[in-house]
Amino acid sequence: MNSERKIYSVAEVNRKARMVLESGIGEVWVEGELSRVTLHSSGHWYFTLKDAQASVSCAMFRNDNAKVPFKPKDGMKVQMLARPSLYEVSGRYQLIASAMEEAGKGSLQEQFEKLKKKLADEGLFDASRKKPLPVLPRKIGVVTSPTGAAIRDIINVLTRRFPNIGILLVPAKVQGVGAENGIAKAIDYLNSRGDIDVMIVGRGGGSIEDLWCFNEEIVARAIARSEVPVISAVGHEIDFTISDFVADVRAPTPSAAAELAIREKTDFETELALYRRRLGQNLKTMESNLRLRLNRAAHSYVFREPQNLLLRHRQNIQGLEAQMGSLLRFGVQQAQQRVDEIGMLLKHRTESRLAMDRQRTEKLAAQLRMLNPLAVLGRGYSLTYKADGRVVRRAHDLAAGERLTTRLAEGKVISTVEEIE
Amino acid sequence: MAEKKSADFEKSLERLEQLVGEMESGQLTLEEMIKHFEEGSGLVKSCTKKLNEVEQKIEKLVKKDGELSTEPFGIKEQPE
Repeated sequence: MNSERKIYSVAEVNRKARMVLESGIGEVWVEGELSRVTLHSSGHWYFTLKDAQASVSCAMFRNDNAKVPFKPKDGMKVQMLARPSLYEVSGRYQLIASAMEEAGKGSLQEQFEKLKKKLADEGLFDASRKKPLPVLPRKIGVVTSPTGAAIRDIINVLTRRFPNIGILLVPAKVQGVGAENGIAKAIDYLNSRGDIDVMIVGRGGGSIEDLWCFNEEIVARAIARSEVPVISAVGHEIDFTISDFVADVRAPTPSAAAELAIREKTDFETELALYRRRLGQNLKTMESNLRLRLNRAAHSYVFREPQNLLLRHRQNIQGLEAQMGSLLRFGVQQAQQRVDEIGMLLKHRTESRLAMDRQRTEKLAAQLRMLNPLAVLGRGYSLTYKADGRVVRRAHDLAAGERLTTRLAEGKVISTVEEIE
Repeated sequence: MAEKKSADFEKSLERLEQLVGEMESGQLTLEEMIKHFEEGSGLVKSCTKKLNEVEQKIEKLVKKDGELSTEPFGIKEQPE
């Protein structure tokens, strides 16, 4: 009996049991409630999954639980993909989980479709909400992991296109528990700064679980309320996330996002040089057109001898000036003459009047002199008065012996009548 | 402020296109032509200046004792 007996060590039997368990059942989806959750410092998770009838010990190792977009808590209902196994050291049967979703939320795809529809109905994806990207951003904000491939690609492309670009990286976890909160906060922070003209939000490629935080509503809302234009760059070309739909522009990759964020500096320089050339060219064309017209005009009759024309004009002007001067002078002279004339006339009139008056006076005086009986005496005549004073006109009026008074031009003579003839 | 400045550059480019378009229309007088040229040349100059005004700086936001600040960020120092 003993020789037929095959003796296993405990370790051996445990290993065999494990192999049977693992190959016999394989991976299955199992739903239950979490309890006794332990998030070990090693990064592995240990917990118990139970439902109304039974419970089972579970483990989820670091590499797998990194992709779970939530933090497991006691009492949480989950669905997990797990393979039954056995911990050989203690012989304890357990489930090894490789994926975990919150139960009741539906599958990731269902959650994605549900949120997408909800936000689309709210109009968050509308083209009218999309903000144009600035032509020349002063500073570009980047929300991603500081250690991922995405930030390297973004910085390489940005600095190659525009060597003196300003970039501000806001480090954020881009996968795993709570990543969505950090991303949303980073987007809000960049908005609060006031010096960011555009931002890139994203990460490099990964599984749907890796990218899941960009499908969270809190990130979608942060992008929707961002005043700063947002370029989303999540995963590869084929990956579409809710963030991509809400963002102002979706870039297929982080490198592509950098290319969208700013044009090449040499592009700007070429454009400006072109404008400079067109400005100069246009002015030159106009200048030569004008010169042509000017030449044509210069050869016309009128301008053939511009000097003469000028001279003629000058002469004209001088002539006019002279004319005006002489006119003025003439006017003054005339006025003066007129004044003189009037003066002379007045003088003349006065003088002639005086002369006339004098003449008349003289004439009158002469007349008066002639009428004056005494005046006759001057010529040798005399007047003889009788004693009674009457003038003696006839000799018969007198008697001999009568006393007479004779008036001469100068003096009087008293005489007596001798005889009458 | 940020939007204003980056919008200025964009407006300048638009204005340049307008100026050059008008100049090419052949409808301008010499005086207008010279004015357009002067304004355009000024815009080209200020735009060129703005291109070089942007300060090269690659920074990372850090939180120290609850205070936010920035420090230079070099990708070459970062692990793969």
